[in-house]
Amino acid sequence: MTVTVARSVPEALQALAADPPPEVLAGGTDFMVEVNFARRRPEAILAVSRIDALGQWQQSDGQLRLGAGVTYTQLLEPPLAELAPALAQAARTVGSPQIRNAGTIGGNLVTASPAGDTLPVLLALDAEVELASAQGTRTLPLEAFLLGPKRCARRPDELLVAVRFPAPFGRQEFVKVGTRNAMVIAVASVCVVLDPGTGQVRIALGSVGPTPLRARAAEAYLAEQLVPQGTGPTATSAFELRDGDAALAEVRRLVAEAAQPIDDHRSSAAYRRHAVGVCVARALERLLRPAPGAALGEVAA
Amino acid sequence: MTVLERPRRATRGVGVSAPRPDGVPKVRGQFQFSSDLFAEGMLWGHVLRSPHPSARIRRLDVGPAWAIDGVRAVLTAADVPGAPTYGLEIPDQPVLAADVVRYMGEPVVAVAADHPETARRAAAAVLVDYEPLDPLVDPEDAISAPPIHPDGNVFRHLRIEHGDPEARGEVVVEGTYEVGMQDQAFMGPESGLAVPAEDGGVDLYIATQWLHVDRDQVARCLGLPLEKVRLHLAGVGGAFGAREDVSIQVHLCLLALATGRPVKMVLSREDSFFSHVHRHPARIWLRHQADRQGRLVRVDARVLLDGGAYASSSTAVISNATAFATGPYRVPNATVDGWVVRTNNPPCGAMRGFGAVQACFAYEAQMDKLAAALGMDPVQLRLANALRHGDTLITGQRIEGSAPVAQVIEAAAGAPLPAVGPEALPDVALPGGAGRTATRSRVRRGVGFAVGYKNLMYSEGFDDASEARVRLELAEDGPLATVTCAAAEVGQGFVTLARQICEEELGVERVVLAPPSTARIGSAGSTSASRQTWMSGGAVAEACRAVAGRLLERAARRLGTDPGRLVLAEGAVQALEGADALSVAELLAEGPLEETVTFHHRQTEPLDERGQGDAHVAFAFAAHRAVVDVDLDLGLVKVVQIATAQDVGRVLNPLQVLGQIEGGIAQGVGLAVMEEIVLDQGRVRNPSFTDYLIPTALDMPDVAVAALVEEPEPGAPFGAKGVGEPPTISSTPAVVAAIRAATGLPLTRVPVRPADIALATPGDPRP
Ligand SMILES: Cc1cc2nc3c(=O)[nH]c(=O)nc-3n(C[C@H](O)[C@H](O)[C@H](O)COP(=O)(O)OP(=O)(O)OC[C@H]3O[C@@H](n4cnc5c(N)ncnc54)[C@H](O)[C@@H]3O)c2cc1C
Repeated sequence: MTVTVARSVPEALQALAADPPPEVLAGGTDFMVEVNFARRRPEAILAVSRIDALGQWQQSDGQLRLGAGVTYTQLLEPPLAELAPALAQAARTVGSPQIRNAGTIGGNLVTASPAGDTLPVLLALDAEVELASAQGTRTLPLEAFLLGPKRCARRPDELLVAVRFPAPFGRQEFVKVGTRNAMVIAVASVCVVLDPGTGQVRIALGSVGPTPLRARAAEAYLAEQLVPQGTGPTATSAFELRDGDAALAEVRRLVAEAAQPIDDHRSSAAYRRHAVGVCVARALERLLRPAPGAALGEVAA
Repeated sequence: MTVLERPRRATRGVGVSAPRPDGVPKVRGQFQFSSDLFAEGMLWGHVLRSPHPSARIRRLDVGPAWAIDGVRAVLTAADVPGAPTYGLEIPDQPVLAADVVRYMGEPVVAVAADHPETARRAAAAVLVDYEPLDPLVDPEDAISAPPIHPDGNVFRHLRIEHGDPEARGEVVVEGTYEVGMQDQAFMGPESGLAVPAEDGGVDLYIATQWLHVDRDQVARCLGLPLEKVRLHLAGVGGAFGAREDVSIQVHLCLLALATGRPVKMVLSREDSFFSHVHRHPARIWLRHQADRQGRLVRVDARVLLDGGAYASSSTAVISNATAFATGPYRVPNATVDGWVVRTNNPPCGAMRGFGAVQACFAYEAQMDKLAAALGMDPVQLRLANALRHGDTLITGQRIEGSAPVAQVIEAAAGAPLPAVGPEALPDVALPGGAGRTATRSRVRRGVGFAVGYKNLMYSEGFDDASEARVRLELAEDGPLATVTCAAAEVGQGFVTLARQICEEELGVERVVLAPPSTARIGSAGSTSASRQTWMSGGAVAEACRAVAGRLLERAARRLGTDPGRLVLAEGAVQALEGADALSVAELLAEGPLEETVTFHHRQTEPLDERGQGDAHVAFAFAAHRAVVDVDLDLGLVKVVQIATAQDVGRVLNPLQVLGQIEGGIAQGVGLAVMEEIVLDQGRVRNPSFTDYLIPTALDMPDVAVAALVEEPEPGAPFGAKGVGEPPTISSTPAVVAAIRAATGLPLTRVPVRPADIALATPGDPRP
């Protein structure tokens, strides 16, 4: 087994041009588990955690570009936590502090687990991923990148370089259900994003399908239902639903319908379906009427 | 958290919070666990396990394993030189499966190789042609199903008939309760190192709870005399019952003897889940009858435990579950049927609480149900029926020792409730924790109460004695006591207590413990059944007293007086009258003193055909009051606080008692809301810490110790009772009672899953 430690993206791309290409190791929190369970037996490894550029992020023109090597701990710290509050909320639920120090957003994306906690957030934010290889760079919308359980569109010779999405962007909530109060794989998770300027809502569901899913019917229904309340500036004003509680119930129904959950040892499909409905309704209520003074998508560290 | 620390003059000896000698090394990562063992030139072992819960082995071809470079041994059942099977009580479990496998994970082939990865690959290369059979997985079916083992499917059936079979009460409540399969979830996986010896024997360094009983089983399977098999305790990373049975011991020794090289094995987490026993799943039916005033008149019960594929300690676990099926209450009339059966599920055996846990979940649910039927306060109902010293149990045994049941109930019930409700807690402290799922208006608080009890030591006539040797000598810097005892330190703190006892009895400042080994001393019995403080503590105390007696004799000779006129105090032998004194150091200048004693508890007797008999040595009681917050829509639970009071006899080390209470509550909370080995037709679905969930810091409630009740137990060294198990017994039912109070749901099964709450039919009756 050979291990190459890359110090720059071009160096990494050059290493990846080998045939067969080496396997990319970032924080190792998924990779090493697979090695320990003998599900993965790498012949050649390319370590990317020493590539400074991958651990950096930039904000420009209302877009945030996160290097694939950005860790959960970085996501939890300001100013990133304020620019992408739901991502910080998701990051807070990942593993333990040790895992959050090592684990990266790029690793979460390439692992492409239906339970990957950053994925519903990135999906709700209409994120795009940048993939680079010796042949050049391509950009894919997240929905095209995530193909199925633990399957993504990355070619073996490609490095995931960054993920991009609008930020700051509206109001955001990420909520995750697990059978334990911390360090747990999601039984179901939900990200809801509300753009107060347009009154548009986007909903993504995690752990209830082969990939994270958008609840588009619920989004379309909400577009009809949302009405600004009072006269405050749209950025902070409250919204209400035209049909009140009945609308909330309909959203729950549509969300449960959008889910494609399975029965497994972590939960039943019936509970998962129920849980995403409850969570979307709760997240929506928080977004429609933000508590006075509460920073939106506040993160309890 | 309330820490009970009373002012004491002494800084040493019994009663102080002496720090653990291994505490700092463990925290710093410097402690040598069994997985850290090393020997020059050692090989690595690996065991191939059955992927099927039930199958016939049609053909086994080890050729492909031998073809791999670096492989040094590939052993099958045919290579076991001695007895082909082992077992704690009944030797019914094959060292390596020969023609059938009876549970998923059963060992089939043992391999040794130069590298652990080579050993794993070699095991994977073995060709096993299985013919899968329909597994027998329902314990109810097992009673009458065709036997899946030559010994039959019923490990034990026992029946208790007590009092008047015609007695009836006016108020009747009935229920059936279930307990899922819990795992001990220790952190240090099974590991050890076997070293072949020049005498043709073997030295095994192993993490275990009972060196001598392992040795006896290993020697039998190796076909070696006992003295050629020497077991030495390696650093134990937790046990909780899971190291009471033999797991990799025989395999390691076989591989070492076959290769003539030291062989080490460290199981992966997944293999670990398959190679130790679990807590018995239970199905318990109970019918309680009481008079209008709430006095229990009779209890009928049927307890069914799933023992899994092999016997392990099933026969003793069912004895407890049956004997304690009616709880720490005066029950004048009772009929209890207890069954433990063989299935193709993973073998079950010892786990903290040992049969008492399952029973307590059921009888405490019944006590709440009865209180509701009577319109009585549940705590008052318990007080009205609480056992006292002198009462008779349903096994006909009179409680001769202390039984402060009312005291622990009153203290736990009277503890202050948490100061703030869910409305004032931070988000992360609500049900759902870091997932931020809770909406405060949908969170309900509930309070629940439970009491439990259990026997201390082994029962039914078993003499689980302990041997200890104390040597007192003059070292360069003063008197030094050396304790030799085979008691396994598994985290409970015997290493601390043994020192404290020597300090107390001999007044010495320096005490060392010799490494526990079968080569040095006789059996100390198992580190289980809350027994080591009593039994090995007792042995150390008696050995100290014997040494002290010899010291007094020496002094008496020198002073020309009678030893009866002398006392040992403050590092010197002093005359009761007059000023004569000789320092211990002076007396030891004559030479060292050494005494070996074997400590026995009082004799017990087997149960007769009606389940009657003086079967238990002593009992310990505890009460728990749980406060929970429940998310009504998502069914997520946060255990907010557990207040407890425990009958401890006497506190020998307050910090260690607190450690046992907190740890036991963590396991009780785990069983209440998350811990379960999920089985599907005999297959384990979650053999990992990713999916077998145990409480994290965010799941652990605040623990309020309302009282440690100190009523000295007659016959117990220093009057102290074992404290390890009671915290686990009633904490689970207390939590579930609190969830019932919050939700109004009957919740008859643990662990309570979110769906049990969130998807319950709204019309479900209250318990
Ligand atoms: C105890 C524990 C708890 C966990 N809890 C959670 C949790 O709560 N939620 C959750 O979502 N996940 C959890 N995980 C999984 C894991 O931590 C995350 O998925 C993490 O984001 C993986 O990132 P990493 O940097 O460690 O990736 P690695 O393990 O290094 O790699 C993961 C995969 O991505 C590939 N890869 C990584 N970076 C790149 C890149 N730049 N370009 C191309 N390919 C790349 C690797 O080849 C590999 O296939 C947990 C893991 C553990 C061990």
